[in-house]
Amino acid sequence: MVAKPILTADEAAALVNEGDVVMVGGFLGVGSPGAIIDALVRKGTKGLTLVCNDTALHNPKTGAITMVAHLVLAKQFRKMIVSHIGTNGETQRQMNAGEAEVELVPQGTLAERIRAAGAGLGGILTPTGVGTEVEKGKSVVEVDGRAYLLEKALRGDVALLRAKTADRAGNLIYDKTGRNFNPLMATACRTVIVEVDEIVETGTLDPETVVTPSIFVTHLVLAAK
Amino acid sequence: MEYVPNKETIVKRIARFFKDGDVVNLGIGLPTLVGNYVPSDVTIVLQSENGFLGLGPAPEPGHEDPMLTNAGAGLVTILPGGCFFDSAASFGIIRGGHLDYTVLGVLEVDQEGNLANYMIPGKMIPGMGGAMDLTVGAKKVFAATQHFDAAGRSKLVKRCSLPLTAVKEVDYVVTDVGFFELRAGTFVLREFFKPYTVDYILEKTDADIVVDKDCAEVDLN
Repeated sequence: MVAKPILTADEAAALVNEGDVVMVGGFLGVGSPGAIIDALVRKGTKGLTLVCNDTALHNPKTGAITMVAHLVLAKQFRKMIVSHIGTNGETQRQMNAGEAEVELVPQGTLAERIRAAGAGLGGILTPTGVGTEVEKGKSVVEVDGRAYLLEKALRGDVALLRAKTADRAGNLIYDKTGRNFNPLMATACRTVIVEVDEIVETGTLDPETVVTPSIFVTHLVLAAK
Repeated sequence: MEYVPNKETIVKRIARFFKDGDVVNLGIGLPTLVGNYVPSDVTIVLQSENGFLGLGPAPEPGHEDPMLTNAGAGLVTILPGGCFFDSAASFGIIRGGHLDYTVLGVLEVDQEGNLANYMIPGKMIPGMGGAMDLTVGAKKVFAATQHFDAAGRSKLVKRCSLPLTAVKEVDYVVTDVGFFELRAGTFVLREFFKPYTVDYILEKTDADIVVDKDCAEVDLN
């Protein structure tokens, strides 16, 4: 297996170009790549489209800001495709002020749209959202008497992911609820950069325990201890 | 008779509904509390949509793990036999007919079984998160809510005015005054909770209610 380049967080952030669709793993910040996000804030790349479960936490009262919320606050997103923004007052403010576009997607639909892109599918049929505002502008397809929405595959340019352990080839093992969208996003982007706690020699991970196969991963970043 | 909001009544009644082995997802907020009231002789499996089965109670002090959280980012534990998976597998469980029950919060629920619980246009737009998938996917859907909002309006209505989370998917509504089942476009009152009466519930609720022939008083205090 070919060893994958190990980058610094700043080198990783430099691979994100203005206007890119960036997929970021994590669920309310759990399982997001903190060092790469910090580096992308330093780099200041603008006009990005975010694909993420949510926009993490920004509490103006306590001043608490986590993970992708730093990028929201720095106004680096033109558009955010997420399932939830309820814990980030700044995302809601930017949406209401027309400063950024927000596309709210049911969480299971978001997961399947990303999975479909990585699996070479044009989209998926889901019963979720039928008869609601989510249905607007979409084809309704009836299969065996039940109505489904046609939800298109969702691809990205760069995935910024977080795992626990990688081997040099890029095989990944995750950490508890930090897994969430990370394995799906790894399949749906051209450049896939994964921040990990540890990088071990190729051949030391049990092939039965690998969650994300190495071929999906293009770069590794070692998280700060 | 004066209405006194009582969350404990709601979650206690729902918790008593489950049987051994039921797979259950509890929504954020009030529904999460249901887990604290499941009888000790009943074992259910809690699914957490951020990616695991076997959701356990909050950790003991000193045993918190920031990588082990529930769908509201609260610190939790995983029970023996539990396991982790990604978000596609998690929602495969939810939509695929593998989840026996979900318990969700309510802004409005109507007599057709329509639920509105994810946004108030112009005021509160947090996003639906997993609520639309849960409502459509679970075999049975519990809507858990105080019977009246802060302004005294009944949360059970003839027709939802807010954007819907899902169409005709709610099976049961449990409030702090009674237990309702959705049947053929109407709320059916199955139980009324002490100290409220059937007459009180029928008079104060802004929806059509049929009283079940076996409707009984239940004391949850």
